[in-house]
Order: sequence, then structure tokens, then C-alpha cells
Amino acid sequence: MMRSLKRVAPQLLTLVVLAALVSWFFPGFLRIELTDGRLVGPVIDILKRGAPVALLAVGMTLVVATGGIDLSVGTVMAITGAVAASALVSGWGVPVALVLAMGAGLAAGFWNGCLVSVLGIQPIVATLILMTAGRGIAQLITEGRILTFTDTGFGFLGSGSLMGIPVPTLLWVSTAVLVALLMRRTALGLLIEAVGVNRRASALAGVNARGLIIVVYMASGLCAALAGIIATADIRGADANNAGLWLELDAILAVVIGGNSLLGGRFSIAAAVLGAMIIQTINTGILLAGFPSEYNLVIKAVLVLAILMIQSPHLASEWALIRLQAERRRTVRGQEGTR
Amino acid sequence: MNPRTFPLLATIAIFLVAYAICSAQYPTIFSTRVAGNLLTDNAYLGIVAVGMTLVILSGGIDLSVGSVIAFSGVFIAVMLRDSGLHPVVVFALLLMITTLFGAAMGGLIDILAMPPFIVTLAGMFLARGVAYMLTIDSVPIDHAVYDFLQGAYYLMPGKGRLTFIGVLMLLTVLAGMIVAHRTRFGASVFALGGGIATARLMGVKVRRTTVLIYAFSGFMSGLAGIVFSIYTGSGYPLAAVGTELTAIAAVVIGGTLLSGGAGYMFGTLVGVLTMGLIQTYIIFDGTLSSWWTKIVIGVLLLSFILLQKALVHLSTRRQGAV
Repeated sequence: MMRSLKRVAPQLLTLVVLAALVSWFFPGFLRIELTDGRLVGPVIDILKRGAPVALLAVGMTLVVATGGIDLSVGTVMAITGAVAASALVSGWGVPVALVLAMGAGLAAGFWNGCLVSVLGIQPIVATLILMTAGRGIAQLITEGRILTFTDTGFGFLGSGSLMGIPVPTLLWVSTAVLVALLMRRTALGLLIEAVGVNRRASALAGVNARGLIIVVYMASGLCAALAGIIATADIRGADANNAGLWLELDAILAVVIGGNSLLGGRFSIAAAVLGAMIIQTINTGILLAGFPSEYNLVIKAVLVLAILMIQSPHLASEWALIRLQAERRRTVRGQEGTR
Repeated sequence: MNPRTFPLLATIAIFLVAYAICSAQYPTIFSTRVAGNLLTDNAYLGIVAVGMTLVILSGGIDLSVGSVIAFSGVFIAVMLRDSGLHPVVVFALLLMITTLFGAAMGGLIDILAMPPFIVTLAGMFLARGVAYMLTIDSVPIDHAVYDFLQGAYYLMPGKGRLTFIGVLMLLTVLAGMIVAHRTRFGASVFALGGGIATARLMGVKVRRTTVLIYAFSGFMSGLAGIVFSIYTGSGYPLAAVGTELTAIAAVVIGGTLLSGGAGYMFGTLVGVLTMGLIQTYIIFDGTLSSWWTKIVIGVLLLSFILLQKALVHLSTRRQGAV
């Protein structure tokens, strides 16, 4: 328990600092009220709005842990949203829509996984293919229109609330907890880390690296499907062009802010979803603090760079090296002086 | 024959076959008019892809290029509107800024030992963010020099227009070929792509080379931004979204390995033209919707990668046999 707390300490600290920073500009930041049986407040809003990126980050963490990367998740969100919406428009009902959407997500992940693990294509290009082609597929499904539906049952997934808590929040938290338990209460997490550290060695040690990589990309696809369902349910419509656009970058950023190495190996899902919350806090915080929205991206870039720099272990050793060199130069000069 | 040239030759062959098929269906595609437009419409992409090729050859990636193009357009438009400086001065200023920007990213990548993907991702946010800060509107560029540059073309036989920006793109590719294949710096880039540890042992100055690579890419993005502003006659902070991925796709189609260390600058030009050809074909056809472009480019990307895989597999097996 203490160890896992220590692992997420930098992310928690960043969140606290950010919360303090936003509160300074916007004093009511931490206030939470109960209105009409729902919790309302900026923090709740962050927990809800951050749901898609948090979900993507869960799947992305697993992919990154194997040394891969999944650029297609934003596009998969668009595809699954389009599938769900067209199923609803056709009158097939919510359960069918959900099953079809999740099936589409799994299929997309299976495709990515096969390209990476069976054909041995580099993850970044393998998933780039679906990222480009997938938006075309999503547009084929929606026939280039924005499909809107009125199903309140499905809309509940995006904008409803249970016991005062927004449904998207419940969804991402439970997904993260479930996946984390699955990874840490079984050997699965360890095996994934083994593949990420050295795929050949793990395969020689008897890990089914090929199958595991496919499963990991399918998990990422499933998480993207959930995110796509939430995004679609939230606006009650599927927009093939803009749903999940560039969210893959936010998800990767969340994973990296969570201190996970892009080279693979040890991972922490808790830290990654905290990373997603950090990104959402920055996004919402900039708006609440009253900065003009033109400044969003610049502030975000600077904050992200600062967070990454502080986390870079290399920076500390670099400083030590520079100081060492300066010291050596000083001693050399000193010796020359005495001579 | 050197098996390393197979991907390049395959790319060229596929481009020629595709052009032949397109011309068979629409004979007018085989004209200097379409060829001229192909160069003009893809000029900015070709230039940015030259920088991207060098980055990818070194085993890195530069996600910031699309945003830098947008920033360049906005910077030029706003400077010309507000400062009254001559466009040439503005161009020089801009190229200096984007080159320094690239160099800074290269420096961060090396000093922090952070993946290029993340550093250039932050750069992507930053460049577009600065573009937003300059203006959120589309700013028209109205200047005599721009009128001149937009109107500058050489009329080829068959009334095709070889425009200034098209020629500039070809010259850039040529310069890129020289830098990548004929200079010591280019050799260092290839060495870096082969493996940082080996490169260091070979005496490559890793930090200097990394900084220069991203500075080169930054310069090319700035140049592409200038070309894009000439092409569209305006600066818009939302322009060129996703260009980085199109450029990466063009580089990969051009036969450069994404793992770095192997590839040809000329292949990138063919890759850019292949993607331009697909778009031209879809426009000629008229019944296919624009989203088919994306699907076709995706399929093409896949087939090129599979082809490369097969070729690399064949050549390594042959080496293993020896």
C-alpha cells in the first residue's frame, strides 16, 4: 500500500499544486454542492470531462508497457461512436448498440495487435494506418453526416448520474480499478512488463509474447470503445470527423505524465489515470482561471514541459555531471596556478 | 544489386504504374497541367517531408511540423499587416525562429533523454498555441511581393504551370538529398539511426547532431510555412492540422524505415507525389467521397510497409545463408 502510494506521489503532488494554483485564480475551485441529487462543482466536472482520456490512458498504459504505442484510439472512438449511433438510429436498442460498439473496438484492437505482433510492424506506423484509414471508415458508417439520436437510455451513459456521481466518472474509475486489480492480483501485469523489457527474452522464458501483445491492443481498443460510447452518449450524436480527435496524444501524454516509460517495462495504471486528471485539471483550470481560451495551448505546453522536466531522471544526473566538470576544471586550473 | 535500394525502386515502380493506370482511365492526367498542379499542390508537404525524412532517418520523429506551418503563416500575415517590414525580412526572421525552435527541441531531447515523440508533442502544442495567441482569425496576406510570387510560373509545353513554389520544393528535395547522402552530417544522421551507442563509439557527436537534425526540420517547417502562405494567401492558426502524420506517411511510403538508419531522400518525393496522385485521381473521378482518400492512403501505407517487410526479410535471410 505504502509502495503504491509512493509510486503515485509525484502525480498527486502535481495535482495538489495545480489545484492550489487554480484556486488562487478561482477561489471556488474546490467547492462541491449537491443540487437536485447530483454533485456539482469544478472538481466533479473535471472527473467527468476527463473520462475519455482517463479510459484511453488505461488501455494506453498497457500498450506502452509492452514497448508499443497506440495512435489509433481517437479514431477508434469515432468508429465505435458511429457504430453505436447507427445501431440506435436503426432502432436496434441500447444493448445491441453497446455490444456492437465494443465489438468494433475489440476488432480494431485485434487488427492493430496482429500488425504489431504477427507481422512485426512498428507500433507507431501500424496504428497510424488505422488512425488515418479509420476516420474514413467512421465516415462511411455515418455516410458523412453527424448521426443524432434521442435514446435517453444511451444518453444516460454520457450525461446521467448515479448516487450523485456522473456516470462517466463511475465508468472510468471502475475500469481503472478492475484493470489494475486484474494486472496486480494475477501475473498478467508482470508478464506484460516482461514483454516490454525484452520481448525475445520473455518469449524464451515461456511467455506467450505474441498473444499477449494482441490482447493488450484489444484491451486498448475496448477502452477506446468505452470512451467513444461516453463521448457519443454525451452529445447524443456521432461526429466521425471530430469525435476523439487528437485524444490519442492526450492519452499518451497522460501515460507519460504518469511516469511510465515509453520504452516499456514497469507501469502504473493509477499514475496514468492521475496523469489524465492532471491534463483535465489544466484544461478546465485555464478556463476557470479566466485566461482567454487562445492561451490554452501555450499554458498547457509550458506546464507539460515543466512536469516532464521535473520528472526526468536524466536532468539530475546531467546537473551532477556539469557540476563535476566545473569542479574538475577548477581543480585543474588550481594545479596549473600552483605550478 | 543492392537489396537496400529495393524499397526505393518498388516505390518508384508503384508510382509509375499508378500514374499509368490513372492516365489510362483519364488521359488528361498525363499532361503537364496535372503534373504542374501535382507539384504546386504538394509543395509545402514535400518540403516538410524533407525535414521529416532526416528526423526519421536518425530514428526520431517530429510531431510539431504541422503546428509550425500554421504558426509560420500566422506570423507572416500578422507581421506584414502590423509592422510594415518587407516580406524578405519577415521570412528571414521566421526561418530563424523556427530553426531555433527545432534546435531547442533537439536539445531537450538529448539533454533530458526524453522520447522525441513527447518533446515534439509539447512543441506541437506550443507552436499552435503561439499561433492562437497571435490571432484566432484567418488573416489575409496582401502584398506586392506575394502577388509576384503567386503569379511566378514557367509555362511548360502543354500549358502546364511550373510554379515558383513547385520549383522550390524540387530544389529543397535536391538540397535534402545532398545533406543526407553527401555530407558528414548526413552520415552522422544515418549512424544515429543505426543505434545511438554505436554512433557514439564511431565518434559521432550525438548532442550536436541531434540538435542540428531538429533544427533542420524546424527550418524546413518554416520554409513549408512560407510556401503554404504563398499557396493559400493567408495565415490561419487552424491550418495544416495533421500535416505531421501525412508527412510521416509520405516518408514511410517513400521507403524510409521508421526505425531509422535506412532510406532515401528521393523516395520521400515519390511518396509525396504518390499521395498527391491519389488525391488527384479522386478529384478526377468525382463520385468517390473525400473519406476514400483516407482509406486508400491507409491501405497504401500498409501495402508499402508489408512490401518493405518482405524485402528486408528476404535480404536478411540471404545474408544469413552467406
